[in-house]
Amino acid sequence: MTAWHEKTAAQIRDAVAAGAVSAAEVTRSYLDRIEAVDGRIGAYTQVWRDEALAQAEGLDQRIQAGEAVGPLAGVPISLKELICTTRGFTTCSSRILQGFQSPYNATVTEKLIAADAILLGKVNMDEFAMGSSTENSAVQKTANPWNLKCVPGGSSGGSAASIASATSAISFGSDTGGSIRQPAAFCGCVGLKPTYGRVSRYGLVAFASSLDQIGPLSRDVTDAALAMNVICGKDPMDATSADLPVEDFTRALTGDVKGLRIGLPKEYFIDALGSEVRALVEASAEVLREQGAEIVEVSLPHTDYAVAVYYIVAPAEASANLARFDGVRYGFRHSDAGNVTEMYVKTKSEGFGPEVQRRIMLGTYVLSSGYYDAYYLKAQKVRTLIKQDFDRAFAECDLILTPTAPTPAFEMGAKSDPLEMYLNDIFTISTNLAGIPAISIPCGLSATGLPVGLQLIGKAFDEATVLRAAHCYEQHAGLQMGAPALG
Amino acid sequence: MSTITQADVAYVAGLAQLDLDAAAKARLVHEMNDILAYMEKLNELDTGGVEPMMHAMALTNVFREDEVKPSLEREIALRGAPVHDNEFFIVPKILDTEGGDA
Repeated sequence: MTAWHEKTAAQIRDAVAAGAVSAAEVTRSYLDRIEAVDGRIGAYTQVWRDEALAQAEGLDQRIQAGEAVGPLAGVPISLKELICTTRGFTTCSSRILQGFQSPYNATVTEKLIAADAILLGKVNMDEFAMGSSTENSAVQKTANPWNLKCVPGGSSGGSAASIASATSAISFGSDTGGSIRQPAAFCGCVGLKPTYGRVSRYGLVAFASSLDQIGPLSRDVTDAALAMNVICGKDPMDATSADLPVEDFTRALTGDVKGLRIGLPKEYFIDALGSEVRALVEASAEVLREQGAEIVEVSLPHTDYAVAVYYIVAPAEASANLARFDGVRYGFRHSDAGNVTEMYVKTKSEGFGPEVQRRIMLGTYVLSSGYYDAYYLKAQKVRTLIKQDFDRAFAECDLILTPTAPTPAFEMGAKSDPLEMYLNDIFTISTNLAGIPAISIPCGLSATGLPVGLQLIGKAFDEATVLRAAHCYEQHAGLQMGAPALG
Repeated sequence: MSTITQADVAYVAGLAQLDLDAAAKARLVHEMNDILAYMEKLNELDTGGVEPMMHAMALTNVFREDEVKPSLEREIALRGAPVHDNEFFIVPKILDTEGGDA
């Protein structure tokens, strides 16, 4: 009997569309897998068993009736807790949104339903996407399937863990400073942050509006391309979504990189980079060189300032975005408040966890009178310099190759100092500040058996080239990573 | 470089509508000083004449036709509210004649 949970989304879609397997059988395979292993992983915060099976059976009836089906027909997917769904709850893994049922679907949710993907449930995250380890969830802990003592990364840790534990075929996360790519690297899967504006943010609960972007996590690059075909495009509900035609990204997966110039930024190969990660990333550049790419050195001189810029800009935007959670219209309200001000204060103080409160405090401080110019305005100017670095580098190359994170996954509780945790995002943040696309793909295992990620960064709206090179690497690297030993 | 004091933390918490206990305030004094000290590195850069980048894409105001369109039904809009009376969101009194909130 075929273990459908071991198949890629492309294999599932082809088999379902051809009638070789029913969508219900595939869905049951995934639901059984969730039941068998997720107790140890904790990726899922809610599983929609009955609804998923009903959706799959409806799809099977349409296939039997000879109707056309969507490009993700029968593919079981999961969604990060901050993507709005009318089904189940949208909690952002925060106490303040406990029990919140969205009155509408995010545009991405609507597109996935229209593409006939099967929605299995929601997955865990750092509260309001603030974190690099999924240790900040108010709901539960999520473990890294490769080593249950380690974090899955964050903030889309539940998404990455669901892919690595084969409990969803594609998961959809969000990336504000690396929150798709870093957990993808830690969990040995593919994670793509699209260009800012490629994917509608309507129905994505906002953390930092000028940085957030929804993207897919998947088992391979082909599945990432399939997902991108579905979720991209202009949305009249989101003024920041780009009015560009949606290309068929699978056409970019040619298997070769001949003629591409790939830049290695010297500022990313620094002392903080672990020697194992460095060796694996350099070896991956060699694979692409052997396949016909030209490897050149480039410089991104303001890289070292990205973390400081990010931790001013993102909390500033977050402090404004999170002001809406006041206990009036949705979510949690503190039960004992004599007046409105007390209600706001008690609700926010009890509803938000420590990391969210820390960032609200930072954001409020850097926007406050007397500090706006010194911190916020200064950061936005350095953001311009970071963007200009990329513009200059992309005059010399088509893609930039870097590590995704300085080290493999760390143990839970290992990073208690916030600044140390923030520095973990050092290689992913710049692309969010510049608004450009980047992918993380596995490039090997560390000596301790933990995955290491390789990052490929592209020009704005050039996801096709990013996917092309990632796919070429995947085809020719000859990685034998296997899968986590979960049974 | 500015140094955050306990009074600063209390002031910012007030702006952010957060009620922090003494331990949280003490922890935040330490953490915010560390984080802001790290951010001081931005002052190494001369940003004179550099335009601030507020957004990754050029944004222009978007106007739509002034048309009446369907909106959320009242029942659905109120569904997520912690307290409502099937017609309105209910909040504690804002104007208090006995000298509470004003």
